Amino acid sequence: MAVAQSNGRRVMLMVGTRKGAFIYHADTARGDWRIEGPHFLGHIIHHVVLDPRDRKTMLMASKTGHLGPTIFRSTDVGATWHEVERPPAFPKAAPGEKARAVEHTFWLNPGHCGERDTWYAGTCPPGLFRSEDGGESWQPIAGWNDHPKYLEWNRPDEGTPDGAMTQWVTVDPRDASHIYIVTSAGGVFETYDKGESWKPLNRGVEVTFLPDPYPEVGQDTHCLRLHPRRPDRLYQQSHCGIYRLDRPGEEWIRIGRNMPAEIGDIGFAIVLHPRDPDTVWVFPMDATTVWPRTSPGGRPATYRTRDAGLTWERQDRGLPREQAWFTVKRQGLSIDELDPPGVYFGTTSGELWMSPDEGENWRLVAEHLPEIYSVEAFTF
Amino acid sequence: MRVLIPSQLRSYTRGAAEIDAIGATLDELLVNIEREFKGFRFRIVDEQDRVRRHIKIFVNREAVRELAHPLAPSDEVQIVGALTGG
Repeated sequence: MAVAQSNGRRVMLMVGTRKGAFIYHADTARGDWRIEGPHFLGHIIHHVVLDPRDRKTMLMASKTGHLGPTIFRSTDVGATWHEVERPPAFPKAAPGEKARAVEHTFWLNPGHCGERDTWYAGTCPPGLFRSEDGGESWQPIAGWNDHPKYLEWNRPDEGTPDGAMTQWVTVDPRDASHIYIVTSAGGVFETYDKGESWKPLNRGVEVTFLPDPYPEVGQDTHCLRLHPRRPDRLYQQSHCGIYRLDRPGEEWIRIGRNMPAEIGDIGFAIVLHPRDPDTVWVFPMDATTVWPRTSPGGRPATYRTRDAGLTWERQDRGLPREQAWFTVKRQGLSIDELDPPGVYFGTTSGELWMSPDEGENWRLVAEHLPEIYSVEAFTF
Repeated sequence: MRVLIPSQLRSYTRGAAEIDAIGATLDELLVNIEREFKGFRFRIVDEQDRVRRHIKIFVNREAVRELAHPLAPSDEVQIVGALTGG
């Protein structure tokens, strides 16, 4: 095992839960974690993200059981927060039009590194929004929200228990106009003109819940990751398998076929090594019978590939060996940028786990938290 | 008129459980409250001008959901977080 760096760097974990946000800090040894929070206790926090461009602005997607959705913003790394001027909202519908209202913001994504104040947000019901003032105000992206095929591509009446949503936005680090998004009942789409026009990118991705197993759209991509150092390399954990795509190719390869048959390749989350495009972690779940979506057999584990999905190895040292029935949701698996990188996941049962050695050993950072929706690691 | 504020919204009213505000309709009242307490209205009324599902508004103890509902200076408006959730 490599020795962790000790050059003054540090790691912050931003944890969004069903009852508030929690922030954890550690030095590079990642042994002792200092907790900040809860922030906004009782609020439903789907995502908390720090801007890598200025390393101090943070956005938090919030709603509560009673109150509508909003965005909170911090410009001091989470020490203080204020509500933004204009959260994501659809335009007022014309008479006869379907009147859409944002139920919650699910996903927040900083824009291209060359566009310092640009952010993207994905919402439920499916909607894509852009901010050009650091998250203070948001405008709908009509090219997506009002696309002639919006209903076919988004199927807004289907989808997750929390509703259909635009649930993932990823900007190509080489080209601010090239953006991938994910919808919960449509799959992956891309634009080369900043959202004016779109095309599906789902070839080869199976669906088991429609008569046609390989439709152009209709996939349920749970999680999409683009490798920052090889932006033509994409991975996705879908409702129906683990896939890899190397652009300019357009056909996904089901690398989950190489997972152990008794585990399968269904899950919510996937995360990539920050420097090695061939190394990937997933957190499989039970997708048999009625789809319990819990750790298979009650024995949680991550699975890692070091060869872009040709082979997978089980990693469960330190995790419960039996009777552990938690789930890791779409945004619940993250990684830092140290060497070796630390891997993190948060569970539906409120446990925050970390591995300081690429998944070889796992230890508990926190327990008894509310249900965890998202974990984002940031390396200073 | 007297407007009763539920605990869920008192972060906007600087902790006040009751405020005085004016408006000839419920919409006007909420717009005026918004002027003083930025962000208040969108948390309880969506972008289509519908009172949010888990918010209830009572005028003189009668439930009201239409923003065009007329108000008089002597009315009492009570905003409530509905019985929901967990």
